[in-house]
Amino acid sequence: MERFQRLDAVAVPIARPNVDTDQITPARFLHKPRSDDHGNYLFHDVRRRPDGTPDPGFVMNRPEYAGAQVIVAERNFACGSSRENAVWALYDHGFRAAIAPSFGDIFAANGLKNGLLPVRLPEDVVAGLIAALEAEPGARVQVDLEAQTVTLPDGSVHPFEIDPFSRHCLLNGVDELDYTGTLAPQIDAFMNRYGRENR
Amino acid sequence: MSEAPTPRTMLEKIWSRHRIVEREDGQVLLFVDRHLVHDGTAPAFAALHRRGLAPRAPERITATPDHYVPTDHRDIAAIADPERRFMVESLVRDTARHGITMFGLTDRRQGIVHVIGPEEGLSQPGMIIVCADSHTSTHGAVGALAFGVGMTETTHVLAHQALWQRRPRTMRITVDGALGPGVVAKDVILAIIARIGTAGATGHVVEYAGGAIRGLSMEGRLTLCNMSIEAGARAGMVAPDDTTHAYLHGRPHAPQGADWEAALARWRALPSDADAVFDAEVRLDGAAIEPMVTWGTSPEDALPIGGVVPDPAGAADADRRAAMERALAYMGLTPGTRLAEIPVDRVFIGSCTNGRIEDLRAAAAIARGRTVAPQVEAWVVPGSGLVKEQAEAEGLDRVFRAAGFQWREAGCSMCLGTNGEIASPGQRCASTSNRNFVGRQGPGARTHLMGPAMAAAAAVTGRLCDVRRLAAGG
Ligand code: SF4
Repeated sequence: MERFQRLDAVAVPIARPNVDTDQITPARFLHKPRSDDHGNYLFHDVRRRPDGTPDPGFVMNRPEYAGAQVIVAERNFACGSSRENAVWALYDHGFRAAIAPSFGDIFAANGLKNGLLPVRLPEDVVAGLIAALEAEPGARVQVDLEAQTVTLPDGSVHPFEIDPFSRHCLLNGVDELDYTGTLAPQIDAFMNRYGRENR
Repeated sequence: MSEAPTPRTMLEKIWSRHRIVEREDGQVLLFVDRHLVHDGTAPAFAALHRRGLAPRAPERITATPDHYVPTDHRDIAAIADPERRFMVESLVRDTARHGITMFGLTDRRQGIVHVIGPEEGLSQPGMIIVCADSHTSTHGAVGALAFGVGMTETTHVLAHQALWQRRPRTMRITVDGALGPGVVAKDVILAIIARIGTAGATGHVVEYAGGAIRGLSMEGRLTLCNMSIEAGARAGMVAPDDTTHAYLHGRPHAPQGADWEAALARWRALPSDADAVFDAEVRLDGAAIEPMVTWGTSPEDALPIGGVVPDPAGAADADRRAAMERALAYMGLTPGTRLAEIPVDRVFIGSCTNGRIEDLRAAAAIARGRTVAPQVEAWVVPGSGLVKEQAEAEGLDRVFRAAGFQWREAGCSMCLGTNGEIASPGQRCASTSNRNFVGRQGPGARTHLMGPAMAAAAAVTGRLCDVRRLAAGG
C-alpha cells in the first residue's frame, strides 16, 4: 500500500448525499481486473453523455478540478455494496482522500486498506467546504494524517478521528495482512480451543 | 469463562466468543466460522497467491458462482463474454486448487451465495459469517453475526480465517403486533428503511425483535436481514427460536445427532438478555405497515402502494428536494401520479432478497390462472438449484409458464446484471431485489422494489398494483 502522510491538493465537491457505490462504479465494470485503470470507470454513467463524450455539466469534468486528489461529498458517501472497485476507481483516478460527514461502513474500511483516506468532518464544516469549493473551483485543501487535521481554503483547521492502527498502516504504507501473520500462534490456539467447544 | 456482570445483547455474546486478541486501538481479531465465496472473488485469490499464501482453513469456505452465471443455460464454455467467463472459471480453478467445497454451475446446489448458506445449514446461530458481498447480512436471520467485506478483507480472511473489527454499536428495531393480510417481510423492511433512511443504521448491527418479527418464517427473516445494509447497517440479526431450529434441523451441514443437542443448548443461550441495553431503539407498529413500493432511486424512497408519487416541493430541505427531483427525472415520474397506475415493462422475481421457495409460492399464487400483460416481459429466477427443484416438484414452474413468465436457472441475474441480464434504458422494472439505484438493473433502467406477490401482480396487471385486490379475487 502507498504511504499517506500529508496531502496538499485540489478538492472536487460532489454536492449530493447518499452517493452510492453503483454510481461510483457501475456493476458492468466489476469483473475488470485490478490491473485495469479503474479511474476510467469512475462515475462512468454520470460523467459522460450517452454518446460517451464528457458531460460538461458534471463537476469533475470542469478543467479547474483536473488533478484533484481530494473528493468532498455530503453525508453517507459511497453507501451500498462492498465492491472494493469503488475505492479502486477513486484511487486510480488520483484521489487519495475523501471528505464527508459520513461514509458507507464497508467503503470506509476498504479505503483505509487501499490508500484512500476517509475523513469524517462535521456536517456544517463539509457544507461550508463544498460551498467554498464551488465558489472557487480549483481551491486546495491540506490533509495531514500525522496531525489528523484538515486545513480548508479559508485557512481554518479541523481535527478528524481515525483508528490509530489504520493511521499507522497508512503512514507507513504497511498492511494488516502481514501484521496478522505474526499472530499465527494465537490464532492456532484459539482454533484448537474453539473447535473443541463447538463440536 | 468469566461471569458477565451486565445483561448482554446477542451481538455482545457472539462477539466475545470469537475474540482472538485485541489490539491497542481497541480493534479485535475475530475468528470467522464460515467464509462464503462467489465468482467475484478472483482478485482476493490472486492477491493471496501473489504473497505465496494459501487459505488457512479451506474446510470453512464454501463457494458457488452466482454473479456472472447465465440463467438461460448451465454451460460455462458457452458464456460468450470472455471476461465474465473468466470470473466463473477462476472460481472453479481457485477452489479446486485449495480443496474448497464448491457448488458448481451444474451442481443442483448451486445458487446465490446468500440463499445456499441457510439452505445447506452452513449458516448457523452464533456463527460469524463473512463474504465479499454486502448482502451477507442475510445470514443474520438465523441468529449469526454476518456481514459483507471488501476484497482486501477477503484476502485477509482467506489467509488467517480471522478479521480485525471494531465492535459496532447496537440497534434494536422492534416491530410490534401482527402484520395485516398481504403484508410480508419485504414490506416491513421497506417501511423500516423509509422511516430511518439509508444511513439510519450506519455503524450499527441491527437486531430485529417484536411480535411481527417472531411471526415471520425463516424465509421472511432472511428477506428482512438481507436489506439491513440498505438501512446502512453492518449486519442484521434475529434471535434464534423454534422457527430457526426447525428450519435448520436435518439440513446437510447442520449438526446431527448428539452434536445437534449440544448445538441447541448453545443456541438457546444466544438471544439478548431481557435487560440488555441497545445503543439505539426504533419501534414500528406492524399492523400499520402496508404493501410497499419504491418510487425513486434509493431504497428509502418507499411508500405504501396506495400512495402517490411525492412532490419535491414538499421536501424537508433543499438537499432533499434536489435529490427527489433528480430521482423523479430519472424514473420518468410526475408528482401526484397514483403509484398503482404506473405501468411496467419488465418484472424480475428473484435475488437473494426474494428468491426462496416461499417467495416463489407467493408469486405463483398470484400468477395462477392469470396471464402476464402483453407488453410485459416477466422473469422468475430461483435463488438456487434446490429452490428451483422444489418449485418444480410443487408445479410452480408450470403455473408461471402457463401465465407467460420465463422460468430460468438460478443466479443473481437482473438484480445487478453483472451477467449481462439487464433491462434496456428507460424500461421500468417491478423487481423483488434490494437496490433501486440509478443504473442498477442496466444503464437508464428504472427499478421499483417490492415483494414477490406484488411483483407478480404487476406482471399480470401491467402496472404497479395493490396485491390485496388480486388476492381478494378482484
Ligand atoms: S442477488 Fe443481487 S444483491 Fe444478492 S448477491 Fe446477487 S447481486 Fe448481490
